Amino acid sequence: MAVRADDIPVPRGRPRLAGRVREWLDQESILGPVFVTPALLLLVLLVAYPFLMALYFAMSNAFIGRPSEFIGIRNFVRLWDSDAFRQTFQNAFVFTGIAVAFKLVFGICLALLLNEQLWFKRFIRGAVLLPWVIPTALSTLGWWWMFNSLYSVVNWTGIAVGFMDPPGPNWLGQKYYAMTAVVTVNVWRGLPFFAITILAGLVAIPRELYEAAEADGAGPVARFWLITLPLLKPVLAIVVLFSTIFTFSDFNIVYVLTRGGPINSTHLFATLSRVVGIDTGRIGEGAAISLYLFPLLVFVVWAQLRFVRKQAY
Amino acid sequence: MAVAKRPRLRKLTMHLLLVPFLVFALFPFYHMALTSLKQDRELYDRHAVPLIIRQGPTLEHYGKLLWDTEFLTWTKNSLIVTVLATSVSVVIGTVAAYALARLRFFGVDTFGTGILVPTSLLFLPLAQVVNWLGLGDSKWALVVTYPTFLVPFCTWLLMGYFRTVPKEVEECAMVDGATRIQALLRIVLPIAIPGLVCAALFAFTLSWSEFIYALTFTSSSDQITASVGVTSELIRGDIYFWGSLMAGAVLGSVPIVILYVFFLDYYVSGLTAGAIK
Repeated sequence: MAVRADDIPVPRGRPRLAGRVREWLDQESILGPVFVTPALLLLVLLVAYPFLMALYFAMSNAFIGRPSEFIGIRNFVRLWDSDAFRQTFQNAFVFTGIAVAFKLVFGICLALLLNEQLWFKRFIRGAVLLPWVIPTALSTLGWWWMFNSLYSVVNWTGIAVGFMDPPGPNWLGQKYYAMTAVVTVNVWRGLPFFAITILAGLVAIPRELYEAAEADGAGPVARFWLITLPLLKPVLAIVVLFSTIFTFSDFNIVYVLTRGGPINSTHLFATLSRVVGIDTGRIGEGAAISLYLFPLLVFVVWAQLRFVRKQAY
Repeated sequence: MAVAKRPRLRKLTMHLLLVPFLVFALFPFYHMALTSLKQDRELYDRHAVPLIIRQGPTLEHYGKLLWDTEFLTWTKNSLIVTVLATSVSVVIGTVAAYALARLRFFGVDTFGTGILVPTSLLFLPLAQVVNWLGLGDSKWALVVTYPTFLVPFCTWLLMGYFRTVPKEVEECAMVDGATRIQALLRIVLPIAIPGLVCAALFAFTLSWSEFIYALTFTSSSDQITASVGVTSELIRGDIYFWGSLMAGAVLGSVPIVILYVFFLDYYVSGLTAGAIK
């Protein structure tokens, strides 16, 4: 790109104050901090400070509209006496484990398919990515209707095809079915992220490697295991780490679909902490529940800095 | 002949294998749109085929949604919040990203990890902060809090773009007498326009879809956003709400769909930027 010198006004006889400010801002050591300050201020005031507040709340018996007292780690310990919390703890791992596993496997399959010569490439990509861009709370309403106990289109189709005996499962009213439903919607929403990101990783693998392997007599399966998968590893690691955090801390899908029910069988940390912290007003306990998300967050950030960055640079 | 035919067969097989994925991705939207256009009589007939409209479409549910509920107010709130939060975040993110990418500076990782703080971790104490600021039950609370997750995202995305602009271009301008700010405004930003568009699109999409903050910080029906309005105000004991509910879900997604149709490639590149760079 050509830069015409006369595009850039050369200051002449600069006024004193403006000139000094301009000179100041021209120094890296001053401009850097000035540019970073707004973002930093925001993060300190509205992320770091609330985080410290969460820590304080979690260690107090805070209740809406009442002065709170410091009670140490009693909230964290006492939560284990609650059936709802133990159930939630288990749910969070089951939900995250199964959903991420499905997203990973189907994501790789879908990416491999998208990497082929296709006829309507743009349309197909657009369609695949759609669930990821539409507001989750709204699209989950669509699923809620699809799982409706009386008018479920899933059951209607299942019965019509002969998969299910009428009337079919009450998806959101039975324990394991409800978890299945919640996982399905999460996979539906998260799959595009996996597929599109893995596709970008696939495209970056040099063609010559495949040609060389083919010349050496490697079949498609061997090529997948020996070339594709090892070279995708860094991308897969990042995608899985990101997705783990956002699946573990998911709120929208469970809130809209089941509100944590039936009998807490689909509650996640975020939804339980809302029920306890907002609906019943026990802010301290609610904050303690959501802080159980924190160790995982720390682990993922650590893993990302430790392994993924090292491979990337 | 056989050799020439095989690639075609392969291509066909790949398309066939894609069909289940496409059905899975698109069916919920199809069904939502279909439900919103169906007459109640057919909608609640358990013997009717739910996959098509047989008795003629109707706009009745959309009419109800627009004139009998405050849907238009919710949409207006969503627009105000989203446009303001997006603009503020893109500006703050741009200057921060420039500083972090260009000027030797500490703290790059702080911003990187900022993206990974899920909103569900901090909504309880933030509700308290919002009350202290006097913004309880007000859409302005959302304008203030959304940048907390938008700014780290924009910063991180734009940092990648700024790094791709060669340093020499800028230095040339500065040798010719431009200050650093002029070099940024006239040289770097024009080159980084695709990055800015991408950041703005993602920020818009993320704040339009945000749910937990909106649900927690606002509750009056003249302050809530479209997502919250549709999910909480339209569900009222009454059984016959499905048509309007689906109409709300469809209309609430329209702004995003419009952007999406025009800027699909930006969405793809923004989504993959993080994992590949």
